[in-house]
Amino acid sequence: MNPEHDKGHGDQSETVDAPVVVEDVLVEEVSIDGMCGVY
Amino acid sequence: MSLVDTAPPPTPLRLVDHFERGLDAPICLTWELTYACNLSCVHCLSSSGRRDPRELTTEECKAVIDELERMQVFYVNIGGGEPTVRSDFWELLDYATAHHVGVKFSTNGVKITPEIAQRLAANGYVDVQISLDGATAEVNDHVRGPGSYATAIRAMQHLSDAGMRNFKVSVVCTRQNIPQLDEFKAIADRYGAQLRLTRLRPSGRGADVWDELHPTPGQQRELYDWLLAHGEDVLTGDSFFHLSAYGQALPGLNLCGAGRVVCLIDPVGDVYACPFAIHEEFLAGNVREAGGFTGVWRGSELFARLRQPQSGGACSSCQFFDTCKGGCMAAKFFTGLPLDGPDPECVQGYGEQLLAQRADASGLPKHSGDHSHRTSPPRPRTGMGPVRLTLTRRADLSAPPVSACAEDPLAGFHPEASARSGSRPSAERTN
Amino acid sequence: MDPSAQWRLHPQVSVRPEPFGALLYHFGTRKLSFLKDRTLVRVVDELLQAPDAIAACDRAGVAAENRATYLRALETLAASHMIEERTA
Repeated sequence: MNPEHDKGHGDQSETVDAPVVVEDVLVEEVSIDGMCGVY
Repeated sequence: MSLVDTAPPPTPLRLVDHFERGLDAPICLTWELTYACNLSCVHCLSSSGRRDPRELTTEECKAVIDELERMQVFYVNIGGGEPTVRSDFWELLDYATAHHVGVKFSTNGVKITPEIAQRLAANGYVDVQISLDGATAEVNDHVRGPGSYATAIRAMQHLSDAGMRNFKVSVVCTRQNIPQLDEFKAIADRYGAQLRLTRLRPSGRGADVWDELHPTPGQQRELYDWLLAHGEDVLTGDSFFHLSAYGQALPGLNLCGAGRVVCLIDPVGDVYACPFAIHEEFLAGNVREAGGFTGVWRGSELFARLRQPQSGGACSSCQFFDTCKGGCMAAKFFTGLPLDGPDPECVQGYGEQLLAQRADASGLPKHSGDHSHRTSPPRPRTGMGPVRLTLTRRADLSAPPVSACAEDPLAGFHPEASARSGSRPSAERTN
Repeated sequence: MDPSAQWRLHPQVSVRPEPFGALLYHFGTRKLSFLKDRTLVRVVDELLQAPDAIAACDRAGVAAENRATYLRALETLAASHMIEERTA
C-alpha cells in the first residue's frame, strides 16, 4: 500500500489505494466485412 | 514484471469509440489497382473503363504492400476498374499474401477460369467477391452490360467446382433489384457463397443514375426488414448503418470508417478517405510522396480533421443519431447536402426535405477525373445511359456516291434516272 | 474452457498492439477481437510459455480477485477460436 506507486492520485493525503476496478467485459468481437468506406 | 495499474481505470471505451478517433494504421482498406475495365456499368463508383497512364508500377505496388505489412493492415480489398485485367495482378496477389496482408478482391468474373479458381481455392488468405446486380440476366445486364450476368455465374460455377467455400456475391441494391433479395440469397446458396448487399451511392457514374436507381423509401424499409431477418448470414460492408434509424441497429460496427480505420488508394496512388468520395475535398495525399502511404495515413490534415469528434450538427437532436451518425458522408456530398446534416436517404425523411430546398443539380460536386470508355456519348446527368442507336442503310441508295476521283466521264450518269428526278445523278456502282 | 489446460494463440491470428489494448484478427474466421485491457494482452502473450491459463494470469500480474474476469475473457477468445489448446 505504497502511495508513491499510486501515480493517479498525486499527494492527496486522504488517498487510500482503491481495490482495482476491472471492467467485467474485456473482449469485444466484431465481424469486419469491410467497414463502411470499403466496398 | 508488469504490475496491474492501481489507479481505477476510466470507463473503458467501446471499440467504436476508439475507431472514431482513428488508429495508427488502417484495419483494412480499399485499393483500386486500375481504372481499366472490360465493362461499363452505369453506376460505377470509380467511373472506370480506360486505364490511366500514370498507374502505379508493379514495383510501386509492392512497396505499398511492404508498408501495409509493416503497419499490420489485416487485409486489403482490391478493386478497380477490373483488377484482374492488370497483367501483374496474380503476382501482386501472391506477394501480398506472402507478406501477411490478406486480400479480398472484387471482380466481375471475367478472368476466373477453372485454373485460376483452383489457385484461389488453395490460398487461405484470399477472398473473392463476384459483383452481381441482378438475380436475372435481364435485371443485371441492364446495369452491367450484355453478357455480364453469364460471366459472373460462370465465375461462381468455377469457384464452386474448385471447392472455394464462402466466396462473396456482392450486390449493389437498386430500385430494380430489391424485389429480388430472396433470389440473390438462393444464388449465393447454390454456389456455396455468402451474399453481400451494399448501398448504391451517388458516386462516380452513380451520380448520373442516382435518381432512377436509388431505392424508394418503401424499398429501404423492405431491405432493412430483410437484413434483420437474415442477421449475420448476409454481409453488408456496414454500408446500411443509416437504416439503424428505423429502430434496431443492424449487425456491424455502424460506423463510417473513412479516414479513421479505412481509406482508398487509387490506381495512380492518390489516397482518399473513401472509395465513394473520389474528389479533391477528400484527397489526403499520394503514396508517391516522400512519406509513402504511412506518411499520408498518419500525417494528413484531412484525416486529422475526420478523426476529431464530429458534431452531429442538425442531426444531433435526433434520437437515432447514436447509431445512424448522420449517415454517409459521400452520399451527402455528391447530392449537395451539408455534411453536418441528414443523409439524402434519411429514413425519417429529413434528407428528402433538405434535397427539395437545395440548389439545382448543375451546382453539384463532380467526381474527380473520368476514366469511362469513350464508345458512347457522355451520359446526361439524368437518364439511363448510352443512347441506343440502330444503324441502317438508306433504302434509296444501292451504292456509295460517285467518287470525285472516278476516271470514267460517264460515271454516275443515268439518262432514265435523270429524266425522272431532274438533274441529280443517281448513284451507280462503279468498278 | 479449461483453465488448467495449456493454451496458445491460434496460428491464423494476427495480434496488433494498440495504445488501448490490442486488435486480434483471425484470418480463417475473418473476425476481429478487441482486447480492451493491456493486462489481458499480457495474459494472452504469456499463454504459450505458461503451464496453464491460471499461471498465465499470474505471470501477467492479475490479482487473484480479478482472475475470474480474465478467465471469462479467455473463454470468449476460445469460443471464437482466437486461442486454442496446445498439446505439447
